[in-house]
Amino acid sequence: MNLKATLRLAFDALLRNRARSMLTMLGVIIGVAAVIVTVAIGAGARASVQAQISSLGSNMLVVLPGSITQGGARTGFGGASTLTPDDGMAIAKLPNVAAVSPAVGLRTQVVSGGNNWQTTVTGVAPTYTFIRSWPMASGLFFSQNDTVSAAKVCVLGQTVVQNLFPNGASPLGQTVNIKGVPFTVIGTLGAMGQNGMGQDQDDTILVPYTSAMHRLTGQTTVSILTVSATDAASVPIVLTEITTLLEARHRIIPPTPDDFSVRSLQAIASAASSTGAVMEFLLAGVAAVSLLVGGIGIMNIMMVSVTERTREIGLRMAVGARSAVILNQFLTESIVLSTAGGIIGVVFGLAGTLLVATLAHWPMLIPPTWIAFSVLFSAMVGVFFGYYPARKASHLHPIEALRFE
Amino acid sequence: MSDVVVVEHLTKLYELGDDHVVGIENVSMRIEAGEFIAVMGASGSGKSTFMHLIGMLDEPTSGSYFFEGIDAIRLTGDERADIRSRRLGFVFQSYNLLPRTSALENVELPMIYAGVPEQQRERIALEKMALIGIAHLRDHNSNQMSGGQQQRVAIARAMVNNPGLILADEPTGALDTKASKDVMELFTTLNNEHGITILLVTHEADVAAFAKRIITFRDGAIISDVRRGEVAA
Repeated sequence: MNLKATLRLAFDALLRNRARSMLTMLGVIIGVAAVIVTVAIGAGARASVQAQISSLGSNMLVVLPGSITQGGARTGFGGASTLTPDDGMAIAKLPNVAAVSPAVGLRTQVVSGGNNWQTTVTGVAPTYTFIRSWPMASGLFFSQNDTVSAAKVCVLGQTVVQNLFPNGASPLGQTVNIKGVPFTVIGTLGAMGQNGMGQDQDDTILVPYTSAMHRLTGQTTVSILTVSATDAASVPIVLTEITTLLEARHRIIPPTPDDFSVRSLQAIASAASSTGAVMEFLLAGVAAVSLLVGGIGIMNIMMVSVTERTREIGLRMAVGARSAVILNQFLTESIVLSTAGGIIGVVFGLAGTLLVATLAHWPMLIPPTWIAFSVLFSAMVGVFFGYYPARKASHLHPIEALRFE
Repeated sequence: MSDVVVVEHLTKLYELGDDHVVGIENVSMRIEAGEFIAVMGASGSGKSTFMHLIGMLDEPTSGSYFFEGIDAIRLTGDERADIRSRRLGFVFQSYNLLPRTSALENVELPMIYAGVPEQQRERIALEKMALIGIAHLRDHNSNQMSGGQQQRVAIARAMVNNPGLILADEPTGALDTKASKDVMELFTTLNNEHGITILLVTHEADVAAFAKRIITFRDGAIISDVRRGEVAA
């Protein structure tokens, strides 16, 4: 008996019971499809977190003002107004720090000519484009002189350009009114697209932080300090140095809690990524359980099939089938069932992934190894759950099998 | 003529707890090529046990059995399976055709296990079906055929590997008188014109009457062995 003949016998037997074969496969189909979809969601989420981190730069740290307690209610990070531009300048002098930019933001209506648009205006330092690795599309970014003089100059993100200058004219040299203050456009930023949270990063106007503080918000504190370390390896050192420096500057003596918090994006990212990994693991676990249930379904049907076909087995033995041949036949039937179920499951899984990606706009990623693995695993399910019934069939006594009613 | 089967002191005991039941005891006989033998006896007489032992579907407790000169007692399970596929043909009372399978595929079945190449199987199967006069049934499933037709398919199946011996266990047991007569006439023709050796188990005297030699079992032993033309002792 060669492989071809054995496969032929298995296919013939399965095709004779089409409906039952389909129903048996259903368990494996659902299991494999579930594995594919959950892995695709998990891998997609992880990849988008990774992409976000690399778009922000792995050398980046952020310093946020700390939490304050107001009437018993704690505000959470960023609630206090404790960070000043001077803190930023002191951090910039630390070794291993390449650049620092404070940020002061406000959301407001901006007007240019006959067009207006609501957007985020952020006051930053000239180093900001370097820290974010953000290229210019046209013109220039503002300089240190502009910062010192709190110049009324601004740089526009691409979404703002499209909405304030819809006819395609160059915005350079034009005036944009922000809270009634006229700012001159000196440059436009390159397109960055959405960030990992789905926010449009191009819907922004950047101005010198001094201009933002003195002319727009009237604040003396900043909402965030963005720091770029010289390289990824020095991020943990820089984190400690900033903490020590700011504790000294803010005169904080333990056990008084810090009025600021320093975080590296790496730490945030790895926390997000490990949360994702736990989720992925749980989902894959649920999917694996459903695949297991599918396998038990196959075993159940194969047991029924062996009992139901006892006389057939007896006959096959009488006309000369060796017991190994009977074992192979039933094992092959089980493997064909589970593998076919696996392949169909992959197809359904891919379709389901595509559907979720299109309808829910979730980032989905299907690693090809998982497709191979799913099919291979379902074949193994067939071997594992098919072996016992097949062995039972091959150990039947021919006479008892033939007499079975 | 050469001996197909030589059996000496063949005994088969079935264990039932501590006790045992005699299937057959101390049976000696031989079958020559070209014989047509009917084995008779009441139920429990040992005739079925005898046929299962000759057919290598079961193993004896003691005694010797040579099939075509091969010592069957010393064969492994796989070797017995190979002899069943190449040298023995079986016909059963309940036909035992595979359900939802065409007559042609049923006839081809033993050749699959004997390792006959696929392209030859159909030709050989159709040849035997034509010989038996059922070539027109090739695409019929068992539920589309009468009992007599199904038994003819089973006989064709028993013949495809040109066996040295065909064993038929109550082949007419499920058939009406007309179909029984047709099947027995077919066996007679196969024996007379093609020299096929046949061992048939039955409890009906009129069926046994078609055979050239009648062996009768009682309580696990042969009580008479008569060739046609001889006078019963």
